[in-house]
Amino acid sequence: MDNLAFLRAAIQAGTPLLFATLGEVLTEKSGNLNLGVEGLMLLGAVGGFAAGLATESALIAIIVAALAGALGAFLYAVLTVTLQTNQVVTGLALTIFGTGVSGYAGRFMMGDTLPRTIRNTFVARPIPLLSQIPFIGDLLFNQNIFVYGGLVLAVIMGLYLSRTKQGLNLRTVGENPSAADASGIPVTRYKYIHIIVGGAISALGGAYLSLVYVPTWQENITAGRGWIAVALVIFSMWSPYKAIFGAYLFGGLDIIGFRLQQTGFAMSQHIIGMFPYLITIVVLVLSSILKRKQYAPNSLGESYFREDR
Amino acid sequence: MIRISKRADMPQSKRWIIRISAIILALAIMSFFFIFLGHNPLEVYQTIITGSLGTYNRFVKTIELVIPLSLSALGIMIAFKMKFWNIGAEGQIVVGAIAATFVALNFSELNSVLLLSMMFIASALAGGIYAFIPAIFKVKFKTNETLFTLMLNYIALRYVTYLQYGPWKDPAARGFPKIANFAQNARLPRVFQINAGWIILIVFVALIYVLMNKSKLGYEIAVIGESQKTAKYAGMNVAKVIVMALFISGALSGIVGMIQVAGVNYTLSDQVSGGMGFTAIIIAWLSQIKVLLIPVVGFFFAMLVQGATFIRTAFQIPQSIVDILQAIILFFALGSEFFINYKLHFERKAKGRIQNG
Amino acid sequence: MMKKVIELKGIVKTFGSVLANDHIDFELRSGEIHSLLGENGAGKSSLMNVLAGVYQPDSGEIIFKGERVDIPSPRHSIDMGIGMIHQHFKLVEAHTVLDNMLAGMSKGIFLDKKKYRNQVLELSKKYGLDIDPDSIIDDLSVAQKQRVEILKVLFRGATILILDEPTAVLTPQETEKLFTIINNLKDNDHAIVFISHKLDEVLSISDRVTVLRNGKNVSTLDNKNLDSGILISNMVGQTLDLAIERPITSKESKLLEVKDLSVLRPDGAHGLKNVSFDLFNGEVLGVAGLAGSGQKELCEAIAGLQEKLSGTIVFKGDDITGSTPRQIIKKGISMSFVPEDRLGMGLVASMDLVDNVLLKAYLKQPGIFVDRNQARVEAEKLVDKLSIDTPSVDINVSKLSGGNIQKVLLGREIELQPELIITAYPARGLDIGSAYKIYDLLNEQKTNGNGIIFIGEDLDVLLQISDRLMVMCNGEVTGIVNPDTVTKEDIGYMMVGRKIEGVNSDD
Repeated sequence: MDNLAFLRAAIQAGTPLLFATLGEVLTEKSGNLNLGVEGLMLLGAVGGFAAGLATESALIAIIVAALAGALGAFLYAVLTVTLQTNQVVTGLALTIFGTGVSGYAGRFMMGDTLPRTIRNTFVARPIPLLSQIPFIGDLLFNQNIFVYGGLVLAVIMGLYLSRTKQGLNLRTVGENPSAADASGIPVTRYKYIHIIVGGAISALGGAYLSLVYVPTWQENITAGRGWIAVALVIFSMWSPYKAIFGAYLFGGLDIIGFRLQQTGFAMSQHIIGMFPYLITIVVLVLSSILKRKQYAPNSLGESYFREDR
Repeated sequence: MIRISKRADMPQSKRWIIRISAIILALAIMSFFFIFLGHNPLEVYQTIITGSLGTYNRFVKTIELVIPLSLSALGIMIAFKMKFWNIGAEGQIVVGAIAATFVALNFSELNSVLLLSMMFIASALAGGIYAFIPAIFKVKFKTNETLFTLMLNYIALRYVTYLQYGPWKDPAARGFPKIANFAQNARLPRVFQINAGWIILIVFVALIYVLMNKSKLGYEIAVIGESQKTAKYAGMNVAKVIVMALFISGALSGIVGMIQVAGVNYTLSDQVSGGMGFTAIIIAWLSQIKVLLIPVVGFFFAMLVQGATFIRTAFQIPQSIVDILQAIILFFALGSEFFINYKLHFERKAKGRIQNG
Repeated sequence: MMKKVIELKGIVKTFGSVLANDHIDFELRSGEIHSLLGENGAGKSSLMNVLAGVYQPDSGEIIFKGERVDIPSPRHSIDMGIGMIHQHFKLVEAHTVLDNMLAGMSKGIFLDKKKYRNQVLELSKKYGLDIDPDSIIDDLSVAQKQRVEILKVLFRGATILILDEPTAVLTPQETEKLFTIINNLKDNDHAIVFISHKLDEVLSISDRVTVLRNGKNVSTLDNKNLDSGILISNMVGQTLDLAIERPITSKESKLLEVKDLSVLRPDGAHGLKNVSFDLFNGEVLGVAGLAGSGQKELCEAIAGLQEKLSGTIVFKGDDITGSTPRQIIKKGISMSFVPEDRLGMGLVASMDLVDNVLLKAYLKQPGIFVDRNQARVEAEKLVDKLSIDTPSVDINVSKLSGGNIQKVLLGREIELQPELIITAYPARGLDIGSAYKIYDLLNEQKTNGNGIIFIGEDLDVLLQISDRLMVMCNGEVTGIVNPDTVTKEDIGYMMVGRKIEGVNSDD
């Protein structure tokens, strides 16, 4: 695999991470830490795959995947926002829930492959003109529509957060819900909406895995990527633009095993499989040493109750 | 319109009624799901009970599940009491198992008592250190322990897979990726047909109960969990307590690893923890961090998991159903806390006059 | 012609078991400054939070411009033209002033920052608020942040402004500037509610005064013929002789010697700068100053809770600079710190009295187990001695009322017969009866020959209870004076930073 092909593959490997991270960024900007990303991705993966098998329509598959994620996130939101439950444990419960549902439904689809129509939807589609730029053109503009979707989504989210009224309101909610409330911002509504939409986006990351990346069903198709996404949010300092870079970087680490093998580097794939997690730990530790905390939304992880004295 | 206000207080008995109602509600919801699948929920639940407790053999298997779940949950509970979100039990079990296996495979000439003791110590040390590391980073740099312990899980799992497929692969297994079975003297003896782990569990339940309720360390853990400011003010060495408590927390899960390899599987594989580390978190949480409740809740979950294997054969319902059931129970249990802390008021819809001016 | 804008009738509000508002009537006219006067805990903030849509009353009516309304959320309150400036500012520290102004807009999608920036600048100029829209909130001074809050409500079209204890954090000069702004607003026909517990301010600025006591409206008076006597008697129900005892003791030896103490805050700024003073046995050293002048850092530095410090702290010849609380205890030094943050630092809210008494005792107990029996006996002694109102010692300490919580905290510390007591705002939030009990306890310790550092916010109390008074500003000591001879005006100047060649020891 030459360098270009490797980088292209890194982008493809990074795309599910990108979606998962973007979804979690949106959620965390509202002040809620949702550790159920892994579960959401699994829900999206199984929902999308099942819908794809049943309807042979890529569009419906994607919509169903997003809805599955939205539903899971809604459960989480009801618990953490309205019922004021502990966000860490609730997120874990969501992960277990997603694992259970996808494991259960997946039993009926083991070994099935997606119909050709869907697989064809996701072949690489070069963008005219842009894809002719040497190197970059092939790298970024000769990919499948999911990859493009990820990039577009990141840019839209970035603009949303920095340029719109709603984005400012959201950031205010995440920084100081009491101030947001006093300003007349409907805190509960903002949290619900962004948690649910964020959940849907994260679920699309899982859908990518089952619809495009590994288009047969496997149990545990996400292999911990949801957890890496939670770390990626910190790595990207809660910025959708930086998330693009982070996701592709980690995507590359994910597949670096093959690359190394080809260069004659003998190392067990299991050891190499540790790398993303090791790097995440390094990032975690470094960012806490360098005090990246100021990038986190100030009220992250705390429940808001208006009449708290 | 529904208005929410904070409750002044609620007696313990009422609290438990609400919590148990929540669990019953969760079971009820699952029942509807079973009906939807065309099965009689009562039959399903009955199968769970007979599948886990029906014969002495099955009872043994159930208890052998209670042991790791409860022991690990005890450890997790200690961390949670300090608001330290140790979700790395899965990894701590694995490294404990690895350490015990190392001793078992390399010192098999020693007599059983000595060998098992060394395995025990090795597994406790390994688990303890594995939890100790994120604790140090949390104390020194405020590194997020939730993510750190989580990542360590995956590293441990990959490492044990590496060992199983690589350096520790048993040549006698004819190409099948498996680690050698333990020699007889590396296996835990059985008492009443149950592996001796149950004695270890009882001993530790007693020890941890005394630790948390009667000892200075337990008191310090409780104070730190409430407020680190108060702890420092009272002259407590917060960092030392956190690190020590986390070491104990990880050590307990590490011991679980040893019990699993030396008492259940008689070998090491990447399935040694099998998700028990995560289930233990739920058990710790549901027990409201009360030591004596942990074996009770653990028993309940062990019944569920054991019984689920029978559901698969009897009703063709995949085992993942147990994950879903666990999650739903957890959702309801979490949600029920709300009704303990807050009161709902039902009022006429408010006429909010919105005037511009 | 002043017409009624707001009328509150029979408002009742409870929090758990606390009755904060007890059938209160209140009325506000446009173009007036109407003060709400009452001690801490009288129910003023709760009542206004009902208007702000933050709290929902349990019963009662709100009448706005003649029509009955409900205010279920801050959004409704804002739309009605009500703007509340809370005691604790509701600002996002990390955002700019402009971003804070713009939060809460719902119409449209894109932010036209240029247009809004100009609007903000205009408003700022009109009312003399003097704010740069692009500065970051975190960088602003407290007085500036308050003006941002005022600007914010004006920007949202408020015609009714509610200021909750606005001068608590201001110097006398800043207070004057605020009053100018308020009068300006009044001249523009706004209606203003001014919540305060400071008598002279209320007297100087109000058109009308409503006095609240224990959750009830005691009286509403026109300002024309009022004096502080009438107001005080309304506030406390009797003309109180504010006289607090100050027993005379002989000050023999030096208990504490602090030299050039400097402390760095986590954000890098100086919490304390070259603070030097002495404390003698049998004396009460009062410490006055605006909130955030370094009082907290001072207490914590001496008690061993501050990390980055330089200078020396010597206790009876023993250098304890930089020692941790544990080391101080182990050295056998008898010192007690009663912090401002009672349930957050001094006590464990979720534990009972026994376990709270254990907090200080457990280190001295031998072995690895805690001896709760001993602590239980202690706790019962405390309840008895201080008449703490509690059904038993096994009750969660957080369930007690404020006064009793403070009694537990102070009682526990005093039981240890400490030679040095550092107490921060010991009577804050307490009713008058409990407050005086606390002063008595402290005076008792003083006559026993112990030394007390008393950090307070009420100048009248400080002037009466202290043997010497130290004033702090921005982490520095601006003066150590004789409370019998210093004027409140001098203290005001010292609180702003002007150093007065004061007395560094008894005169």
